[in-house]
Amino acid sequence: MIIHLRKFIETERPYWHALTEMVDAFEADPYRQLAFSDIKRLHYLYQRASADLVKISTFSAEKQIRDFLETLVGRSYAMIHSSGRKANRFRPLLWLGAVFPRTVRRHRRALALSAAAMLVGGFLGAAALVADQDAKDVLMPFEHLQMDPATRVAEEETTDGPHRLAGSKGRFSAFLVTHNTRVSILVLALGMTWGVGTLLVLFSNGVLLGAVVADYVVSGQTPFLLGWLLPHGAVEIPAVLVAGQAGFVLAGALMGRGKAYGLRDRLAEVRGDVVTLIAGVAVMLVWAGIVEAFFSQYHEPVLPYAAKIAFGVTECVLLMLLFATGGRRSMDRADPLPTACPLSDGR
Amino acid sequence: MTFMAISPHRALTIRTPEGVLFSLPLATPISRFLAWLLDAGCIAVLTNIASLVLRSLGILSADAAGAVTTAAFFIIQIGYGMALEWFWQGQTIGKRVFGLRVMDVRGLRLHYSQVVIRNLLRSVDGLPAFYFLGGIVCLVSRHAQRLGDIAADCVVVRRVRLAEPHLDSLLKDNRYNSLKAYPHLAARLRQRVSPAEAAIALQGLMRRDELDPEARVALFAQMADHFRRKVVFPDEAVTGISDEQYIRNAVEVLFHEPGAFAQSPS
Repeated sequence: MIIHLRKFIETERPYWHALTEMVDAFEADPYRQLAFSDIKRLHYLYQRASADLVKISTFSAEKQIRDFLETLVGRSYAMIHSSGRKANRFRPLLWLGAVFPRTVRRHRRALALSAAAMLVGGFLGAAALVADQDAKDVLMPFEHLQMDPATRVAEEETTDGPHRLAGSKGRFSAFLVTHNTRVSILVLALGMTWGVGTLLVLFSNGVLLGAVVADYVVSGQTPFLLGWLLPHGAVEIPAVLVAGQAGFVLAGALMGRGKAYGLRDRLAEVRGDVVTLIAGVAVMLVWAGIVEAFFSQYHEPVLPYAAKIAFGVTECVLLMLLFATGGRRSMDRADPLPTACPLSDGR
Repeated sequence: MTFMAISPHRALTIRTPEGVLFSLPLATPISRFLAWLLDAGCIAVLTNIASLVLRSLGILSADAAGAVTTAAFFIIQIGYGMALEWFWQGQTIGKRVFGLRVMDVRGLRLHYSQVVIRNLLRSVDGLPAFYFLGGIVCLVSRHAQRLGDIAADCVVVRRVRLAEPHLDSLLKDNRYNSLKAYPHLAARLRQRVSPAEAAIALQGLMRRDELDPEARVALFAQMADHFRRKVVFPDEAVTGISDEQYIRNAVEVLFHEPGAFAQSPS
């Protein structure tokens, strides 16, 4: 049987337009509260449009109307059936002090893998440099790392004239934060290569770091090295490791080892945690960037190495305390903390 | 050839709890790329505006102006897609212009974590350049998803606007319909013609001016032959009318005949 298309359209069009208006208004402002009468009206219009879709699919193959109704029913369906869960008010301190460390602990194996990749790279980089000093330009392809450590230390400790970063510390800091965040995002995103890309980036960073450390230690410049790297590295290196952890969490969900459910559910399970981890990484990198530009680049005699090292060690201890204990008390009290990032869907 | 074969017809089919089945047409990689190009242009414009505005900060401190500009560029580049897709329910400026929308693969509303993940994973989809990896994955995946979409469990669909067929203008020149003189045969025609066949005839009429003359004659000859075999009308009803006129008469019978429509739901 064929329906009378014109009459069908004329009869139903006002209802479709009414539903379109409601959906448009909702999409323009998803946070608006609907009155109960509006909700009932919305439900009626949705059911009517659904019935029209069934009818036009069954009795007529008029493609344009069917496509329109499918889109309209699809949009209304999303509006009606999506979770109306009340969003938790975002409390930054609670998130940073409890939710983020709990998420880091929840995926401690991924963090261990991330640290192992960097450590192995570090040992190999250090061993390669000690074994072959000529490999320096391959292991550390950066101009400021190419020079002899003793010469560099002598230059850095010269107090004649203004500091080389005078007047550009802010820009340098912003550059460091944005660059390191980009790299961390890439480390996370490469988790979609089943973790191979993440592993390689962490390993290569480890090689570079290990070679630098070996170069300065062999040259007898350990105090300078610690004073230079620890203040920002104590936060920056763990941040990169957490980014790697996020990448491996994603990779683990892709592989699904030991999980009986499908890929979509596995990815949905970790999505909130991945967002939490990368948001935490961003916060850590902002801190590290500021410290690196305004603190790390000053050496003796302006800043004693002992003070810089003590600062770095303190940061390291505090960070470890945060990761080890943050959010534990709220778990004991069964505080209704969000399970993941407050911005996540919690599915 | 492969691309043409797989891109235009892909759709996401969803069954609602009410048992209604609907399909949402998926965006093609080409339309997505065009939307991305437009968004890239918008990002360039926004960063230029930010640069001009923040340059005035240089009066106070050149270093602070440089720092804020660097941070602003980064925030615009990373945050553009996230902010717009969240506040515009899965759309950016480019997607709006090209009628696209990001949706949860279950047809539900997007959650913030989905928006964040699909935008963060652009860095891997963009490898080695110009979304090559993402484009390849998009071409081969069932729901035309790039890696970011797969991780975020979302798809990009096309929005369809209501376009009503203008049957009145289509059939306005049909002053005399010889098939209507035989109501019992017209009723049989409506009974025997399937919805898909009726739609093909209607589409043929609506698009007849887009066809080459030879193709038009051949198409309507084929369609008329098919419909003539459905119901045999007396010679006086069909003699002397062209194949195209026969189809026009048949479409009027199928879609316009009073009493032939089903009751609308109350």
